[in-house]
Amino acid sequence: MAKGLTKAFKKALWVYHCNSGSCNGCDIEIIAALCPRYDVERFGIKLVGSPRHADVLLVTGPVTRQMADKVKRVYEQMPDPKVVICVGNCGNTGDVFYESYNLVGPINQVLPVDVHVVGCPPRPEAIIFAVAKAWTKLETLEGK
Amino acid sequence: MKQKTTTKTSYHIPIGPIHPALKEPVFFEFEIDGERIVDVDVKLGHVHRAVEWASRKRNPIQILYIAERICGICSYSHPVAFALAVEDAADIMIPERAEYLRVIQGELERICSHLLWAGVAAHEIGFDTVLFFTWQVRERTLDLTEFLTGNRITKAITMIGGVRRDITKDMLPRIQKDLDYLKECYGKLGKIFLEDKTIKLRSQGAGILTKEDALKLCAVGPTTRASGVKKDVRVDTSYFAYGDLDIDCITPADLTGTVNGDVYDRIIQRLLEVKQSIDLIEQCVDKMPAGDIVAEPKIAKLLAQLKKVNGEGVGRHEAPRGEVIHYVKLDGNDAPFTWKVRAPTYNNILPWIPMLKGEQIADIPIVAASTDPCISCTNRVGIVKDGNKYELTKEQLHKMSVEKTRRLMR
Ligand code: SF4
Repeated sequence: MAKGLTKAFKKALWVYHCNSGSCNGCDIEIIAALCPRYDVERFGIKLVGSPRHADVLLVTGPVTRQMADKVKRVYEQMPDPKVVICVGNCGNTGDVFYESYNLVGPINQVLPVDVHVVGCPPRPEAIIFAVAKAWTKLETLEGK
Repeated sequence: MKQKTTTKTSYHIPIGPIHPALKEPVFFEFEIDGERIVDVDVKLGHVHRAVEWASRKRNPIQILYIAERICGICSYSHPVAFALAVEDAADIMIPERAEYLRVIQGELERICSHLLWAGVAAHEIGFDTVLFFTWQVRERTLDLTEFLTGNRITKAITMIGGVRRDITKDMLPRIQKDLDYLKECYGKLGKIFLEDKTIKLRSQGAGILTKEDALKLCAVGPTTRASGVKKDVRVDTSYFAYGDLDIDCITPADLTGTVNGDVYDRIIQRLLEVKQSIDLIEQCVDKMPAGDIVAEPKIAKLLAQLKKVNGEGVGRHEAPRGEVIHYVKLDGNDAPFTWKVRAPTYNNILPWIPMLKGEQIADIPIVAASTDPCISCTNRVGIVKDGNKYELTKEQLHKMSVEKTRRLMR
């Protein structure tokens, strides 16, 4: 678990997942993290259906032109304090699509990203680790 | 959207592009009268990443890895179809052992994809227990994939002229063990999907695609086979080693004796295909001859050889969702002159319209999911005309095509 995390979590972490034009590779790994082998629900981490309920935003994909304003709107709808995790190489750097004319991303051009997860796609373990890191950040934000 | 002249008002409901029921960005506009769907419009283009455009700056081997990232679920089908096209253009003969290895990878991907779909379909009707069970089984299939290729999702196993990793003798017991586990789970899964009342209630008679419509709209893959059209590239063209294997085109009639073309039939179809794939892998492991796994192991030499090629080629492969076609034209440069991908979901989107019309709002997710759509496969078009480069969004293209279908159907 990430450094600085208290043993007992203050609250369950709710996550909203937003696909900004990814290839699905990362998205299925996120779902895989929820399924029995990795089972993040045992930590209280849960995918929710509305950004208004979420503490954490997981963004995948390189942000295509059509999705840029939609991703921003999702971010704005989330209540504070919030953290953004960018999952996958293509959201971090553009990956194989880096020079494409239809990209606005990488994601940190559109949103303030707190945790970057690399890998194409990252393994579920890496995604869970990122969420744990985000947790630390949230707890410090709340402490302020 | 066409205007209704009745006095009753119908409502327009937009769904997407970001919506919890959708796994990928796509936009639907439904025209609703009470609980019934009167009309549907689909808008695409949210995942357009200019993949084909990028290919014009890269050499064929680099393109293999872009092709892999067209879609994370078909991350074997796209590169292999591209490799087939290049091999066709450059007249490369691939070694026989590689043909068998390619079948094994292809079928493994089919199992993963169909299991993933079965889980998502169960989730759409609110049966999450089954989602978790199928994904548990899928994890084992992914373990096997990782064992054979080194990664879970993006496998990087394809090479032009063959594959990159061999299966050695000491790997066989592990493969057999995982296949046995899959067979055992297959029995349980079959029982859940075929006998459970909840699934039957929601899927029987829902989202019917008739054989005529399937033929007319050129549906492909399990979607069309579930409507009774016997269309399967593996059987029709017997590429790779499929010619030597015992494979037959299956339809739901093999199990139930009738074909209705509803969601239930599509479930049966995919389950039968999982069984077929397990069987095909076993046959391959048995029959695989010894030999090389790639025609030209030296990459620099291969690239030099490809640089001399002047010609075009087509690669067809039966991906989990249906026929994927890649077209390549090489003109003696580093990068190909053009590369065109036609992914199966492109054909399977139009059938949504006859399937969804007249259904209830609550049936939208399961009916839409029943064709196993893959939106990220479908969004790529960049066109060069009269020397001016401009992009034609799939939105416009698709709208035109949807309008045409409506005119035809009126
Ligand atoms: S990082 Fe790789 S696997 Fe993930 S969405 Fe991007 S291309 Fe796909």
